[in-house]
Amino acid sequence: MPDVHSLVNEFVIKLKKRKIEGSKATAKLTVELLRSFISQQRLPHSNQAAALIDAVKAVGEKLIAANPVELAVGNVVRRVLHIIREEDLSLATAAVGGLSLAAESDDEDDIDRDDHPVLSATAVAAAARNALRPPSLQTLLEDIPHSAAAPHTSSSGGDSEGKSKSADKNSVTRKLKHNVIEAVNELIQEISTCHEQIAEQAVEHIHQNEVILTLGSSRTVMEFLCAAKEKKRSFRVFVEGAPRYQGHALAKELAARGLQTTVITDSSVFAMISRVNMVIVGAHAVMANGGVIAPVGLNMVALAAQRHAVPFVVLAGVHKLCPLYPHNPEVLLNELKSPSELLDFGEFSDCLDFGSGTGSPLLHVVNPVFDYVPPNLVSLFITDTGGHNPSYMYRLIADYYSADDLVVRRKSAS
Amino acid sequence: MVAKKGSRGGMGGEDAEEELTRVPLQAILLADSFATLFRPITLERPKVLLPLVNAPMIDYTLAWLESAGVEEIFVFCCAHSKQVIDYLESSKWFDQPNLSVTTIESYNSTSAGDALRLIYEKHVIRGDFILVTGDTVSNMSLAQALKEHKERRRKDKDAVMTMVIKQSKPSPVTHQSRLGTEELFMAIDPDTKQLLYYEDKVDTSKGIVSLDKALLIDNSSISLHNDKQDCYIDICSPEVLSLFTDNFDYQHLRRHFVKGLLVDDIMGYKIFTHEIHSSYAARVDNYRSYDTISKDIIQRWTYPLVPDVQFFGNYVTKLERQGAYRASDVGLSRSAKIGPFTVIGSGTTIGNYTKVSNSVVGEGCIIGSNVSIDGCYIWDKVTIEDGCKLKHAIVCDGVIIKSGAVLEAGVVLSFKVIIGRGFVVPAYSKVSLLQQPVKQDSDEELEYADNSSGNMEIASISNTPEKLEEEMRTELSDSQIQAASEVGNGGVGFIWSVSDGGHEEEWRHSVAPIPEDCLVEILKNATDELEISNEDGNILPPSGELEPDSVNDSDEDVRDDSVHFEKEVEATFLRAVHENVKEDHVILEVNSLRLSYNLTSTDCAGALFYAMMKLALDTPHGSPGELVKNVASVITKWKKLLKYYLSSIDEEIEVILKFEEMCLELTKEYSTLFVQVTWFIGFDFASSIRQRYFTRRCYTELGIRKGRGR
Repeated sequence: MPDVHSLVNEFVIKLKKRKIEGSKATAKLTVELLRSFISQQRLPHSNQAAALIDAVKAVGEKLIAANPVELAVGNVVRRVLHIIREEDLSLATAAVGGLSLAAESDDEDDIDRDDHPVLSATAVAAAARNALRPPSLQTLLEDIPHSAAAPHTSSSGGDSEGKSKSADKNSVTRKLKHNVIEAVNELIQEISTCHEQIAEQAVEHIHQNEVILTLGSSRTVMEFLCAAKEKKRSFRVFVEGAPRYQGHALAKELAARGLQTTVITDSSVFAMISRVNMVIVGAHAVMANGGVIAPVGLNMVALAAQRHAVPFVVLAGVHKLCPLYPHNPEVLLNELKSPSELLDFGEFSDCLDFGSGTGSPLLHVVNPVFDYVPPNLVSLFITDTGGHNPSYMYRLIADYYSADDLVVRRKSAS
Repeated sequence: MVAKKGSRGGMGGEDAEEELTRVPLQAILLADSFATLFRPITLERPKVLLPLVNAPMIDYTLAWLESAGVEEIFVFCCAHSKQVIDYLESSKWFDQPNLSVTTIESYNSTSAGDALRLIYEKHVIRGDFILVTGDTVSNMSLAQALKEHKERRRKDKDAVMTMVIKQSKPSPVTHQSRLGTEELFMAIDPDTKQLLYYEDKVDTSKGIVSLDKALLIDNSSISLHNDKQDCYIDICSPEVLSLFTDNFDYQHLRRHFVKGLLVDDIMGYKIFTHEIHSSYAARVDNYRSYDTISKDIIQRWTYPLVPDVQFFGNYVTKLERQGAYRASDVGLSRSAKIGPFTVIGSGTTIGNYTKVSNSVVGEGCIIGSNVSIDGCYIWDKVTIEDGCKLKHAIVCDGVIIKSGAVLEAGVVLSFKVIIGRGFVVPAYSKVSLLQQPVKQDSDEELEYADNSSGNMEIASISNTPEKLEEEMRTELSDSQIQAASEVGNGGVGFIWSVSDGGHEEEWRHSVAPIPEDCLVEILKNATDELEISNEDGNILPPSGELEPDSVNDSDEDVRDDSVHFEKEVEATFLRAVHENVKEDHVILEVNSLRLSYNLTSTDCAGALFYAMMKLALDTPHGSPGELVKNVASVITKWKKLLKYYLSSIDEEIEVILKFEEMCLELTKEYSTLFVQVTWFIGFDFASSIRQRYFTRRCYTELGIRKGRGR
């Protein structure tokens, strides 16, 4: 236990100090941390799902508070919570459905647990996801007696009765945890392969002799472009350097991979956009309304693209889907980085001398990291599940997150 | 971690080196400035615990060291060591993963030198270490500097220290850096980056820096900087500690140690510099730098050590428009105006129509209505009643400012001072509950070495705040019964008299910007000095232009070219007289002189005539009659020469004016012979000439005649 806590603390410190850069890395680290947290979490016999959810929420709250700007942390925490809920649900249905089955093959349970229930759980979850429906009436009905019965037995049950049930319960406990961990592993898999998933769709979107504009540096975008290259499509890419000149790094890498690349300045985007067939960019987060929080400068690019009717395509892994709306106070954040990225401190040090004049700073440098691109400027989202319209985002989000988890805060706090 | 990375680059398997790399990166943090610049505040609380934008300074330093990969930090505490240790215990610095913080306590260290000697005795430093003070704010990465340091060490065992410097232009007017420190001059070898000269106490009034000649002999190239700022971040080898032990008189890190090493060429130890460009580093040295660094933090130059990032222990703060930071639970009146670059701490309430700008307000403050706060640093739990006006002040914890009081620029209110109703605290005054210590300690550098009574009081304050409050209440009633105290009716506190630096120096280091009139005065002084020095420069005669054989070249007070020219012409003429040079040749020489001085032929005529008259005068004579004869003979002899230049009326008038001038200034003898002499020259005072002559004379007497001489 203390081991996990120190892990959590360490991660929180890292987040606080902004040592982890990039939403994918953050998402992956968060989910890995949550996995080890869940695996070490001791669960009570009764009402395990709720206990687990509470525990994860507690950790999640800490993580989110550590760096509220990095929305991927919150997204992953919510995903994990949703997974727990789903597993709990499917386990309950499986328990009811497979009661006879369990009774028949009690000794086979051990083997069963390893693959069969997992399959069933994921199958149920997948089914639920595909059908895009809330839990069916039947599962709801089954759920109530189950959760009601559990505390009842534990409260009234003596030792003798508890002993007889303990084996079964223990297995249920382990089953839930096991299933959750399995599902979390899947999530990890999903996050780490999201680039490939997205890149696979590249061929459908990039055609021969096209000119593509992108901004800043995004791993997803790079993989996407390279995948198109491998499919023998020839096209030209415009990259550009924002204040952090990540575009230069991207240009270097693209050129190394044999892609025709042109670097233009940010300010010449509007002039060049008429020659561009498609704008493909990465995102920091995708909001529930289909708006995008993206590297600074993208709003300008999106407006230019709209003016010239150039499709504006945003690539985003599922972990970037945020169930919040941009008007939520938690999201009204921008990271303002050090002005030294824009100005050389030494050169401007005489402008920053507060010893003369009124003492108020005359020179102020603002270096924001993010821009908000409203949904009406986005033509298409490409996630690892395929292309989606901005207006469809809320539905996608409903699949991945439970409505109960939108505000990750313990009840005690409220 | 960083150290390992730094030193592993290409060194193969040398055992000694490997051993070095295994030593965790260590840092010595001096939690005592050994200075008195922050008095009276530092009498009650150590400087490193003073809040800088609502977080103790030491947190900035520790957070930076931790993020830079330092694994072991030794915190050296001396003044108020208990407070520092208590703070470190209550905060979580002792139980950080990957970081061990150890305190070293001392009661009798009076300087950085003493501190380092004590640390040396403890034998805790095993490898290269970083030496900083507890008031450093930085976000630089040490990896590069460490790597350079280790590489140099491998080549040259004498490279004991790497100093971190940063470009920062000093103010051309006040000759101090933006951090309020004196203009710093450094000579650095541009290739090796070796520090060759370090002087922070330059006499700027004269604008002179003197370098040792040996520096220029020994080094093929030197770059001299005055726009570098010393960050007081040093990467040191273990030898530094032993050097301090060997030289027991080394006290100050820079004044003694660095200069000592630079001067001492027997041991041959070298100091190098590492310049940082994109990252930030500065040290809170005085009130001015406190102000400057606070503003830098608010403007995010120190990212990620900024208020809205919880780098350590600070509460949640949100950055709003115009660079205003606000904690989540601030009670802000709807009509209150929070201006730009302001930080408001949690639990603070601000009343109606109050304006706050460019300021930092701490936690739990209560600020009334109609208060105006500009450029102030208000710490925790301060009460400011209605209608107060604060401008560029530092207000410490627990201060109460009664309604209508005014703090003028540069005021410092120490802990728990109470300012009476409507009292105006004069500019640059420092108010404390403690009496100003009598100046008896010879070593004025010590924040620590107080007279005992001061320390006693400190102890009572820090230990039992409640008791103190009671005391204060009684004191308060006492003072109310008595006359109004030093700080207004109902106020508690003593106004410290200005230290021996005098009022002159006070504005240099205060939080307030330098007042306009001070700047104007400095500027005036500077230009005066400049003019004096310029004149000095002009006094030197341009002797190179004189002919080698000219008689009067040496100690003539040459005012300008035309005077010079006249002398030259006279010399030429005299030579012609004595050596019987032909007239044509004289004309040639005079013409060449005229060209070289860029003058007109009128000037030649005047000068020649002057020379002739002087010759006549110099020829021995008894009476005015003889003088006239002399003049006649000279003029008849050289008439041709004179005529050459007298081609028009203008020149003739010029000659007459010259003569007149001679009469007035040089020889009174001629004045009686004025008309006779002019007759000899062969001018007929014909109507036109005379008329013009007299008009010119009128001008002369009115003092507006132009064109003659200069």
